[in-house]
Amino acid sequence: MSEVIDRPLRDDEKPAASRLRIVDCDVHPSLRSTDDLNEFLPKRWQQHLREYGSHLRTPYLFTTPYPRSSPLIARRDAWPPTGGVPGSDLAFMQKQHLDPLDVEFGILQVLDLFIFSQQNLEFGAAIQRAINDWQLAFWSHRDPRLKASILVGQDGVDLAIAEIDRCAKTGEYIQINVSPRANEPLGRRRYWPIYERAQELDLPLGIHVGGYGGHAPTGGGWPSYYVEEHQSNAHTIAAQLASLVIEGVPERFPKLKIVFIEGGFGWIPSAVWRMDQHFERFRSEVPHLKRKPSEYVREHFWFTTQPIDEPDEARHLRSLIEWVGIDRLLFSSDYPHWDFDDPRFAFKTPLTEAERRKIFSTNARAVYKF
Amino acid sequence: MARHIVARTSEIPPGGNKVVDVAGRDIVVFHVNGEFFALLNRCPHEGAPLEKAACVARLTSPEPGVYERSRVGEMLRCPWHGWEFDMRNGQSWFDPKRFKIRSYPVAVERGDELQKGPYVAETFPVHVEDSYVIVEV
Repeated sequence: MSEVIDRPLRDDEKPAASRLRIVDCDVHPSLRSTDDLNEFLPKRWQQHLREYGSHLRTPYLFTTPYPRSSPLIARRDAWPPTGGVPGSDLAFMQKQHLDPLDVEFGILQVLDLFIFSQQNLEFGAAIQRAINDWQLAFWSHRDPRLKASILVGQDGVDLAIAEIDRCAKTGEYIQINVSPRANEPLGRRRYWPIYERAQELDLPLGIHVGGYGGHAPTGGGWPSYYVEEHQSNAHTIAAQLASLVIEGVPERFPKLKIVFIEGGFGWIPSAVWRMDQHFERFRSEVPHLKRKPSEYVREHFWFTTQPIDEPDEARHLRSLIEWVGIDRLLFSSDYPHWDFDDPRFAFKTPLTEAERRKIFSTNARAVYKF
Repeated sequence: MARHIVARTSEIPPGGNKVVDVAGRDIVVFHVNGEFFALLNRCPHEGAPLEKAACVARLTSPEPGVYERSRVGEMLRCPWHGWEFDMRNGQSWFDPKRFKIRSYPVAVERGDELQKGPYVAETFPVHVEDSYVIVEV
């Protein structure tokens, strides 16, 4: 079983009347304006951004998203009083989110400019580099609770490795983020150099849902409705979990840690049951797998909790949590987006104090080494 | 139940709201189409502040391709997860038996009709001709 669930609590983690501070694994900062990037972006790419902008893999005009349910997919109460868009004002984020919810660490997840999905790989790399620097200058250095991730687009593997190395040297980033919707399924060998480097550096791989891969977001094609497309976050991650496991990524990189972000976790049991069942039947097709898929999942993968499923009966949520594993779940709020989960009310099922401590804090502290 | 004068009618413009603390409760008073509604300022789902809710119409579809808007501005759409509630009684639109926002009776009365007492004498002594919103808690 996993090293996390079997790890004894350290003294400072024991209930001993200490208050439970939250590690929030999904906080979205936003650019106030792309001008914020100018100090990190060469003039050549500033000009490109102004004149050509993004070149994405979307097949149709205006398939990019907003509004989706609400302007900028944001909570209606998250617009800073100083102007600017939700997530763009640190002082307001502190006042509305970090302070009142007692967030000890918040992990930044940048979605601006669809940077994973840029087809012009050089432009993508320049934007990724600028965003990575901006995370430190505008966020982490101003509030040490906020932790930055190294964002790279995996379709330019050499550029990604260079950027990972540049950032990792600073010692300030806590994970490597790649797209959930690259050109090919994430288990493909062309992406392995990134996984290899993540393992060498002992940085978890973070995969946040969303983005545009040029493929229809569901296996059944392009949906008509946002509510229909929103389901596809879970499908996409299930497909990528299968790809990573079955193509042999955890077998090849036994110390690699992978965190799926914002895909929820209700779908995991049946996906893993099915993988195990098929593995037993078709083992000769994938002899490179030495163990059952479920074993790789339980050792290499973590899942953030939001958007949490809300079955009619609390005991069903309880069963899900137990099956997926108390040690596999990392609390996330998705602040400031419309489907934000409030840590005080999101779990509509009882949890013991020890379980709360794991999901809201110690699991993440173990994965990210805070 | 005690009656609490919470605002002048002119303080809450149509489509707007005002948050008031009444007997320790965070209550939000909405003004819609000339009527006032008072609700607890907290979504029963995860506690979002309803003062930031959108006031929307009820949108129904008796059959595919046919859409009807009614009760414009009288439905509250929670600022977080979009749950909709009927402003008149606080009932949720999708599951009225299970979810409901606490609502409070509201009245609008002219200042000169209000009972003489501490509110009028101390708080609004020179505006007795105005109308006031009164919430019962």
